[in-house]
Amino acid sequence: MATIFLAIPWGVILILLPLATGMICFLWPKLAKILGVMTTFAIVPSVVGLGWQIASNGVYRYAIGGWSAPLGIELYADGLSLLMLAATALVGFGVSVYSVAYFERAAAVRFWPIWLFLLAALNALFLSADIFNLYVTLELMGLAAVALTALTGSKEALTGAMRYLLATLLGSLSYLFGVALLYLSYGSVDIAILATRVIASPAVWAALGLMGAGLLLKTALFPLHFWLPPAHASAPAPVSALLSALVVKASFYILLRLWLTIFGPLVGGEGVDTLLGLLGAAAVLWGSFQALRQTRLKLLVAYSTVAQVGYLFLAFPLAAAAGVTAWSAAVYLALSHALAKAAMFLVAGNLLRFGGHDRIADLDRVVQRLPLTAGAFALASVSIMGLPPSGGFIGKWLLLEAALAQGRWGLVAVMILGGLLAATYVFKVLGHTFTQADVPHEPNLVPASMEWAALLLALGAVLLGFLASPVLALVGIGDVFSASEVRP
Amino acid sequence: MSTAFLYALVGVGLFCIGLYALIVHAHLLRKILAINVMGSGVFLVLVALANRTENLSPDPVPHAMVITGIVVAISATALALTLMLKVAMETGRAELPDEGRE
Amino acid sequence: MNSWDAWIPLLVVASSLLPGLVIFTLSEDKMRLRTVLNLLGALVKLILVGWMIWGVYHGHHYETRLALLPDLELVLRAGPLALLFVSLSTVLWLVTTVYTIGYLEGSPHRSRFFGFFSLCVTATVGVALAGNLITFLLFYELLTLTTYPLIVHRGTEEARRAGQTYLAYTIFGGAMLLLGTVWLYTLTGTLEFTPKGFVSGLTEVHHPALVIIFALLIAGFGVKAALVPLHGWLPQAMVAPAPVSALLHAVAVVKAGAFGIVRVVYDVFGVESAAGLGVTGPLAAVAAVTIIYGSLRALFQDDLKRRLAFSTVSQVSYIVLGVAIVGPVATIGALVHIVHQGLMKITLFFCAGNLAETLGIHKVSEMNGVGRRMPWSMAAFTVGAFGMIGAPPIAGFISKWYLGLGALEAGQAWVIFVLAASSLLNAAYFLPILHRAWFREPPDAWPDEHDFGRKETAWMLLLPPVATALLALAAGLVASAPFSPLDWANLITAREFYRP
Repeated sequence: MATIFLAIPWGVILILLPLATGMICFLWPKLAKILGVMTTFAIVPSVVGLGWQIASNGVYRYAIGGWSAPLGIELYADGLSLLMLAATALVGFGVSVYSVAYFERAAAVRFWPIWLFLLAALNALFLSADIFNLYVTLELMGLAAVALTALTGSKEALTGAMRYLLATLLGSLSYLFGVALLYLSYGSVDIAILATRVIASPAVWAALGLMGAGLLLKTALFPLHFWLPPAHASAPAPVSALLSALVVKASFYILLRLWLTIFGPLVGGEGVDTLLGLLGAAAVLWGSFQALRQTRLKLLVAYSTVAQVGYLFLAFPLAAAAGVTAWSAAVYLALSHALAKAAMFLVAGNLLRFGGHDRIADLDRVVQRLPLTAGAFALASVSIMGLPPSGGFIGKWLLLEAALAQGRWGLVAVMILGGLLAATYVFKVLGHTFTQADVPHEPNLVPASMEWAALLLALGAVLLGFLASPVLALVGIGDVFSASEVRP
Repeated sequence: MSTAFLYALVGVGLFCIGLYALIVHAHLLRKILAINVMGSGVFLVLVALANRTENLSPDPVPHAMVITGIVVAISATALALTLMLKVAMETGRAELPDEGRE
Repeated sequence: MNSWDAWIPLLVVASSLLPGLVIFTLSEDKMRLRTVLNLLGALVKLILVGWMIWGVYHGHHYETRLALLPDLELVLRAGPLALLFVSLSTVLWLVTTVYTIGYLEGSPHRSRFFGFFSLCVTATVGVALAGNLITFLLFYELLTLTTYPLIVHRGTEEARRAGQTYLAYTIFGGAMLLLGTVWLYTLTGTLEFTPKGFVSGLTEVHHPALVIIFALLIAGFGVKAALVPLHGWLPQAMVAPAPVSALLHAVAVVKAGAFGIVRVVYDVFGVESAAGLGVTGPLAAVAAVTIIYGSLRALFQDDLKRRLAFSTVSQVSYIVLGVAIVGPVATIGALVHIVHQGLMKITLFFCAGNLAETLGIHKVSEMNGVGRRMPWSMAAFTVGAFGMIGAPPIAGFISKWYLGLGALEAGQAWVIFVLAASSLLNAAYFLPILHRAWFREPPDAWPDEHDFGRKETAWMLLLPPVATALLALAAGLVASAPFSPLDWANLITAREFYRP
């Protein structure tokens, strides 16, 4: 039984299943909701199966159609891919359950096919082994994300989506140019092969610049974050959750992967990682300040994403001397943020449904009337602030450990200040959930599934705080972090 | 300089022209055109340098990449044009509002 | 070691966590079930703590370890110091639960309140049983998160703002604590509480870093312990209902801060290393300033709870002062004051709550003649007040005696003046209250009287302060008996701090 379970090509299922059901949802809209939920539910054991395979047999490789590189497409999964896939599966399932109750008929018919398509693109991205396939999946993901953003058809949603589309296309083209340069210089697009062939040359520097710029634009690192707040704030709540939690992480994943294998060993220590660290620090501070100024919840949460993305980049300058700790921290922060931020956006959706608005100062005794929602926001906040016990705390601890051991006081100060600012904007919201609004309004019913989806995702972010040992052990499969220490 | 590199330089030039136009022009149709020009630039680089060794037959892999890229570009352009039309219908102008903080 | 022993500390923590979580789900009208759960949790915790005390006395070892990070564990360990604090917390929780049930009779949102109340005690017990600095940090921050909803419970704009102030201070303190802890970890590679500390090998090499780390840790704990100038949140938090003030000021928050300082000086740095680094002097100075400042501010408060709040600011620093004086007798005084101050202060707050609930009295100026209307409450108040002043035979006298003796023994005679001045100031702000209550004529009408028939007030509001007043009296009267707080403090000092 176990051998059969292990022999199934889980990687292929992860990509084909959502793709197929997405098309079926498009063709037969009546089946959309039920098929969508079932698919996202089935993705979870598929990821578990893949994890089991990796844990038993080591890194997972699969050549589609039997054709291997350089002309064929290979699937590759190590510990890092697995964790990203797991985050996608969990957040995807939670958001899907939420969406069943959230969307009414007309919007649901458009939502499910595009969401499943996005899911297929995400899974394919995390399973890609070569840089061109990454381009294709990146582009697919971006287009699906833009379409989802524009779903409501409101003025803000459309302009936000348009801005997002232009940014994402620019990013992809820049990335593609970099891919072209790398292929034309070294004759391969496979990441592992490129890692062995690259040497520090003008072509590699140009490729780094282009691909880096493109991916940073897609990850919304300061100062290329301008498109994110309008897009994430005007999209429907479940879409915002997916965008902040997963889509932004996908481009970060690519950047991380390329840095660890191709660019880091060559140019690490030459100022690029310091630059990334500086931009990350600026993102943390700028994003947090902007979040503080917001009067609407969705914008506050969107700016919080800008800040949290900055934390991920603080690992770059620290990694040269303490690779495993710094990268583990970044991955842990990415995972925790995915769960916590998704929960926060779902909470915003609940509050919108409840009161018809998301103005923070007018939240009306939410803690008493929507306790599960308020609890979800509180738990998610614990992770965002980096307070124990939560996944965010573990990530923050590891980053601080690396920074203090290396005497990087600037980074330490940014991390501490970032945490304090996060606490300020988070408790601004929580404080108002206890008080009465000046003008009370008639509450609308919020379906239990929506409240529970938000709560369980937030609980996941907190539980991650207790699972550091097994999760970090998983990341170690494939040894991708220690291999990145700078080559002399 | 060989023909291949000349074409490649033109491709780089197209990329830069497109980038400039994307940033400078406000009208959405021009921005979408700019993206397309940039894309064409990258494709030109790929196709040109597929033929960089003059005596042997051209490398098929960049050609495959360009074909994929064209397909992606077409889908993206279709989406972009539809969005632009909707934005124009909703706001009355085919331009993005100023990127101020809301 | 029996394998069950490893679970007991965790069960002690769970005994208030699980009832708390269940209480959240109860609807408002399930009063009886809520009461049962609360009391059951408190009793179970009491039994488990008693078991542990008996077990430790007979040589058992209770320790729970859970992996947190690949190279760091969460540790709950029942050592003598831990047991001192955890038994104080447990006994006072039981008493406060009874009081709160009576106090919140008819108030809205009781399920929410009692849920957070139980979580708050969970965090306190976790702080008490923490076996290393990261476990301490975890439960300490949890304490911040669980006490916030209690402060903003009433949902008014004033409560919300008090909550913001509270958070501003405590989150800042938490950040300092985190920084100090991680930094220490990068230097020493361990965070386990060890008798005599674990930094002794590093004092020469890392002297400046260790001094800064000490300052960071003390700042982090000092916020909750209300050391000047980090005390600003405490008077503002008085907007919370009286049981919250009672719990926060006698048991949970301020004690956790003071307990943290005790741990830092004895089990992280070791008192000799700390003295060697030159940080005990400044710490003693800060404590002394806090003692005097708190007493001075208390003098000018008319609002009763605020007067008691500043009194707390002052009294908790006795513990810090005792810790900062390098000598076993001062240590005994500090440790025993943890218990004594808790008992006395909670009595005072319970009485203040009674006056507010029964007669609508919030200010000292409204307390004329209240001793005749509420004799039992005022009697308990009197016991607590005299204990604060340091009058024998109440427990407070014992603490001050040992602190003074310890100061003399350590060659820090100036401390005596601080203690004397503080006692005088305590008298200056407590005696007038007693005089008013017992010797002045009552007004024609109380601000907001509730009728309880022939009784003074509800028995649930009366029993707790009387009980804790009796305990404060007993702790002083039978201090020389075995198992008294004093005897226990002796044991801890001998066993943990000054083992040869």
